Formats: sequence, structure tokens, C-alpha cells
Amino acid sequence: MSVAVEPTRAQKPKPAYVRMRSTRRGVDNPKRSVLLTVLTGVVLIYSLIPLVWLFINSSKTQADLFTSFGLWFSGDFALFTNIGDTLAYDDGIFGRWFLNTVLYVVVGAGGATFLAVLGGYALAKFAFPGKKAVFAVVIGAVAVPGTALAVPTFLMFSEMGLTNTPWSVIIPSLISPFGLYLMWTFASEAIPTELLESARMDGAGEFRTFFQICLPLLGPGIVTVLLFTMVATWNNYFLPLIMLKDPAWYPLTLGLNAWNAQASTAGGEAIFNLVITGSLLTILPLIAAFLLLQRYWQSGLSAGAVKE
Amino acid sequence: MKSRISPAVLRGSALALAAALALTACGGGGGNDAGGAAPEEVSAEDVQAALEEGGDLTVWAWEPTLEKVVEDFEAEHPNVNIDLVNAGTGNDQYTALQNAIAAGSGVPDVAQIEYYALPQFALAESVKDLTGYGAGDLSDTFSPGPWSSVQAGEGIYGLPMDSGPMALFYNTEVFEKYGVEVPTTWDEYVEAARALHAADPNVYIANDTGDAGFATSLIWQAGGKPYTVDGTDVKVDFSDEGTTKYAETWQQLLDEDLLAPISSWSDEWYQGLGSGTIATLATGAWMPGNFTSGVPASAGKWRAAPLPQWEEGGTASAENGGSSLTIPAASEQGALAYAFLDYANVGDGVQTRIDGGAFPATSAALESEEFLNSEFEYFGGQKANEIFAESAQNVPEGWSYLPFQVYANSVFNDTAGQAYVSDTPLKDGLKAWQDASIKYGTEQGFTVSE
Repeated sequence: MSVAVEPTRAQKPKPAYVRMRSTRRGVDNPKRSVLLTVLTGVVLIYSLIPLVWLFINSSKTQADLFTSFGLWFSGDFALFTNIGDTLAYDDGIFGRWFLNTVLYVVVGAGGATFLAVLGGYALAKFAFPGKKAVFAVVIGAVAVPGTALAVPTFLMFSEMGLTNTPWSVIIPSLISPFGLYLMWTFASEAIPTELLESARMDGAGEFRTFFQICLPLLGPGIVTVLLFTMVATWNNYFLPLIMLKDPAWYPLTLGLNAWNAQASTAGGEAIFNLVITGSLLTILPLIAAFLLLQRYWQSGLSAGAVKE
Repeated sequence: MKSRISPAVLRGSALALAAALALTACGGGGGNDAGGAAPEEVSAEDVQAALEEGGDLTVWAWEPTLEKVVEDFEAEHPNVNIDLVNAGTGNDQYTALQNAIAAGSGVPDVAQIEYYALPQFALAESVKDLTGYGAGDLSDTFSPGPWSSVQAGEGIYGLPMDSGPMALFYNTEVFEKYGVEVPTTWDEYVEAARALHAADPNVYIANDTGDAGFATSLIWQAGGKPYTVDGTDVKVDFSDEGTTKYAETWQQLLDEDLLAPISSWSDEWYQGLGSGTIATLATGAWMPGNFTSGVPASAGKWRAAPLPQWEEGGTASAENGGSSLTIPAASEQGALAYAFLDYANVGDGVQTRIDGGAFPATSAALESEEFLNSEFEYFGGQKANEIFAESAQNVPEGWSYLPFQVYANSVFNDTAGQAYVSDTPLKDGLKAWQDASIKYGTEQGFTVSE
């Protein structure tokens, strides 16, 4: 990920991929390796089994769960009853948790992506004093896990009276140092400085340049960051665990954990079937998001990997 | 992720807690001096007045039957509005409570705290001493085990909500199939363990991977008193007679691999209880509710029996689990909160909770005909409450937990638990647990001796 614009490009040897294409077994038609196929197959099974397990077991009743083999169907196919029960249990609190999660993702992850795009672009394309310091801070921040900041953040938010409100989850989610770093590298690769110069020459203001010229170029990067922050916010557990006490503001992760904990509470009702069905419902939107945004995700990740 | 409170966080909280207490002491009325040594005086009239005036209460509890109690209470006192919040079960909630107390905001007016954890909050005075509220007059109201559990030093730091007098739950089908007698002493228990496991290597008498609450309960039953607490002077000694009895008996089960390596409350555990591979379960009387919802397929197969004895013909029992309702020191609604405690744990709330499947802590409820005669469908129509109530009366007195039991329990598996996974004898494991507890207690500023 280094050089975007290089004046001496023409004299350089031909890029590697052109040479590879000249052999018959190139990128387009690689030789089949048994070992690789088997390895990939193993990894595939390894990744899919939990999902298969989840699906199979969300079709079982509480009683069947413990008396049948885990990786095959057994007893009545209770998936739809389970889904109905999950949505109806405790006055339909699952729906509320779902909407909460959507709120945290749309505002938190969406906001984090927006800020990362703005910041990354600015860092990539503008020179200003203290840029190196900002770089150091961002790199440092990437290394600090959010979990480590949760307790200090709690104490601070508590002072401000923000705990137990949706803001306590949304505000920390707005910051994504990794997203910022990714946008920064992506923007410096994807937007030729000449393009900016010509835009300025033609009299476009900075905002117009950003929104009309740069934003479309940044598409793949934006989607990548969006997916990263979405997954992080959707699966966020520790921060809301510390911040939220009111089940009405729980995201799905906390809610499912609370349901699961019922089974280990004296006098609590064990509802493993609903926990499992709830988990299945919880991952569906993420799967959908990945399938829909997959193309962008791939091109975003490999951005800058090959010299052009 | 199980959140365990790290020593550093605890120390931090303790400092912040001290600061918070100093602040609230200035704000609190009732003629307290800044030392806050004398308990607040709140008369029955004050409580009545608070009820009439009404207000908002925040209650942190995970006990499911409280929902109905809160509903009834609000219906009876329309001016009172209660926000019942499940802030996590056990440790999760204690962490949240410590955090809120340290931060000085968001502290609830009422908090559920288990008996084993209560001394920790009592000693730090993070919960109110209820003596001044008239709790001292309730000594005959509650059965002896829970009542002694809410006291620390001179103070009464909560009202008992439920209790867990122990009993032995066993799967009749398994015992009948292999022609084994249900054990009445722990020696017979070891024999039964051998017989069952020999008959079918998949069958174990019980599951146990090291559980601090269970171990301390059995030591309690055996008459051991490993913990002696007098203010900040603490003694930890796992070498007394009762502890030795427990360690020697359990060592046999460990040596011969007669305990299923399955942790309680795990999926495999529920599975084992259902499939008959775990044949017995010695635990608190709150268990029937969990059987009914967690192991529905085995309805009719299980029964309750008195806890096996250390001496033949003995009657001793112990408490396992159970919790109290407390009023955090930072609450400004002491009188109103006490009114709720009184309603839930002494008044009409008790029956409401029994109807919901909870096991009571009041003598009146434990002795009532209706309670004793109720038949458990899950246990094939057995009047199991007779056994539980008997057990509640036979809990040896004088047991106390450490004022840092939450931490001590969290390191049980690293120390005593080694006996379960290696050749370390349980006796040495308990000694290691003792050393770890003493070390931590000393770091926390207690005077700890062996």
C-alpha cells in the first residue's frame, strides 16, 4: 500500500499480473491442488457447523434439546413455534431489543463510518501541522481494546448522568480508530491528488469536491468500514453490559445473555430453546448485510494490494 | 464473559466508595455524625408516612417472582412507583452495584444480595444497617439459617428473601434400575457412587468440578467453622474437624473418579439430569422450579430426600444459596425502601412468592399446613416441602462467610479445584484456598490469621 502516483511508471517493468497471465495456468485457471481443496473444505465445515447446529437446534423443543443428538433434527419441527415464542416471550421484549440494536447500529456504526470517512480523507489529502501527532494517536488508539476503556468511560458517563441511556452505548461506538486508519490509507490510494487539483482549478469548493468527486471514489472503503463497525456494534456486549441496567434499552446480545442466565438462577425459567432461536434471529441481519455488501467488502480489503 | 472483580478494581472501588460515603454522610439527615457509626433511626410511623407520601423506588433484583410482588405492592400503594430492574444475576449485579456505588450515581434503592456476598457489602457499609428501622424485632419471623446470614457484627443488613435448606434430589429410576439404596449418610453415598458407576460407567452419582458454594455448604453441615469474623479480624482455617470429615469423604469420590466432570448449570448438566447419567443432586430447596422448567422430560422420575448425614442418625443440614433484599447506603428513600422490604419478605409478598415457586425464609410460611401439604407433581406427588422445612430447622448455628467471600469463591477453582483436575489432595487444595484468601484479605486491610 505505498505508491499511488508515480511519474516514472512507464519505464518500470511490466506489472507482475501481466506476466502471470501469459502462462496458461494463471490466475484465471489455477492448477487444482488436492491438499488445498481438502484444507479449504475443512475450514468450510469448521465455519459452517456452528450455523448448522444453530439452525437444527432452533427447531427443537426445550425437552428435545437435551434428549436428542445435537447435529440432526429430532422430534417435532418446532422452529416456527420457537420463533413465535421468542417474539412473544416477556411481552415481546425481543422485538424491543432488536429495535435497540438497530438503533445502535444505524446511529453508532453509521456515525462512526461517517466520522472515519471525513477524518481519513482529511488526513490523507490535507497537510496541516500536527499531522504526525494525530497519526501517532490514531495508531495508538487502534492498539487499545474498547473493553479496556469501558470502566473509565462508565465512571465518566456516570458523572455526566448518561449511563442507562442509549447515548451511553452510541457515543463510544461513534469512535472507530481502526476505521479511521483504514479510510486514511484507502483515501490516499483511491483519490489521485491530481484529481483534487483539477477540481480546485475548476473552482469546486472543498465540500463539493468531497461530496461529489471523492465520495464516489471512496465507495468500497466506506462499505468496508461500515461492515466493520456494523459487526462490532451489532455484537457489542461488554460496553452495554456496563452501561445499561434497564432491560428496555438492552441490545440483543445482553438480552439473550439475560435469557440464558435465567437457567442458572434459582427459580428461573430455563428457556434454552428461545435463547437458541433468538441467536438465530440475531445473526440473520448480519448474514444479509454480508451477502449484500460482499462485493464491496472484497474490493475494499484488497485496495492498494496490487500496484497499478 | 463472566465478570469477576479484579483486586485492583475492588481496591479502586473501595477508595471511591469511602469518598462516596463521606459525601452522602453529609447529605443524610437524622442527626448522624460524620462517622456514621450509629444506625439510622427510622420509626414505623416514618415508614408509614413515606408510604402515604409515595415516590419512586428502583429495585435491582433477578428473582423472577418479585415481578408479581411489585405489581401487588403498587396496586396497594398507588403513590409508589417501583422500577424493577434485572441488573444481572449474582456476580454481574455485584459488579454493577460496586460500579454504581463507586461512581456515586445510579445506585438503586433496594438490591438483592446473596447471603454469601452480603458480609462484603455490610462491612464496607455500602448497605444500610436496618436495626434502626425495627428489623431487630424480626428475629422470630425468619428461620435460623437465613436470619443469621443477614447479620454482621451488631447490625442487620438485609431482610431474608428466600433460603436454600439443602436436600438430596435423586433419580428414582436410576436407583431402582441398579438396585441401589438411596444413601442416608455420606459413607453410604460413596458406596452408592461406586455401585452405580460399576453398574454403568456412564452413570455418576453426581456432577462436581469444584464449586465453592457447595463445598462450604457441606463443611457447614459437617459442623466445620473455617471462617471466624469479628469486625475486621478474620480467621481462615480449613483444618478443623468438620472440614476434615468433608475433605476425606470427598477425596474418595475424587480418587475413584466417581464424580461426573460436568459443571453445574451447563448444558451437559441439564442433559445429565434428564438422561439419568447424573443420579443425585445435593442442593438448596429452591431447585424444584429449575427442575420443572429445565428438565421437563424427567418429570415424575425425581424425588427429594433428606441430605445424607456425616453421623449415622444425625439430622444436621446446611444452607445453599438464598438471598436477601438490602437497602444500599446511598439510597435517599430508606423509609420507603424498607416498606417494600417488609412487604416482600415479611408481609403479603411472601405468599405471592411461594405461589410463584420460591422457597420462603419465614418461619410462619415454613410451618403453614398449606405449604407443608403441597404436592409436587414433578416429584410424583411427593410432599417435598416437609423435607425442606425439616432441613431448614436443622441448620447448624454459628456459620459465617468471609467479608470478601465473592473474591474467595472466585479463586476456589484455582486452588481447591486443583484436586479435581490433578493429583493434589483436596486437603492441600483447601490449604491453598486458605492461603489465597488470607493473602487477599490482608491486602484489603483485614487482620487475617490462620
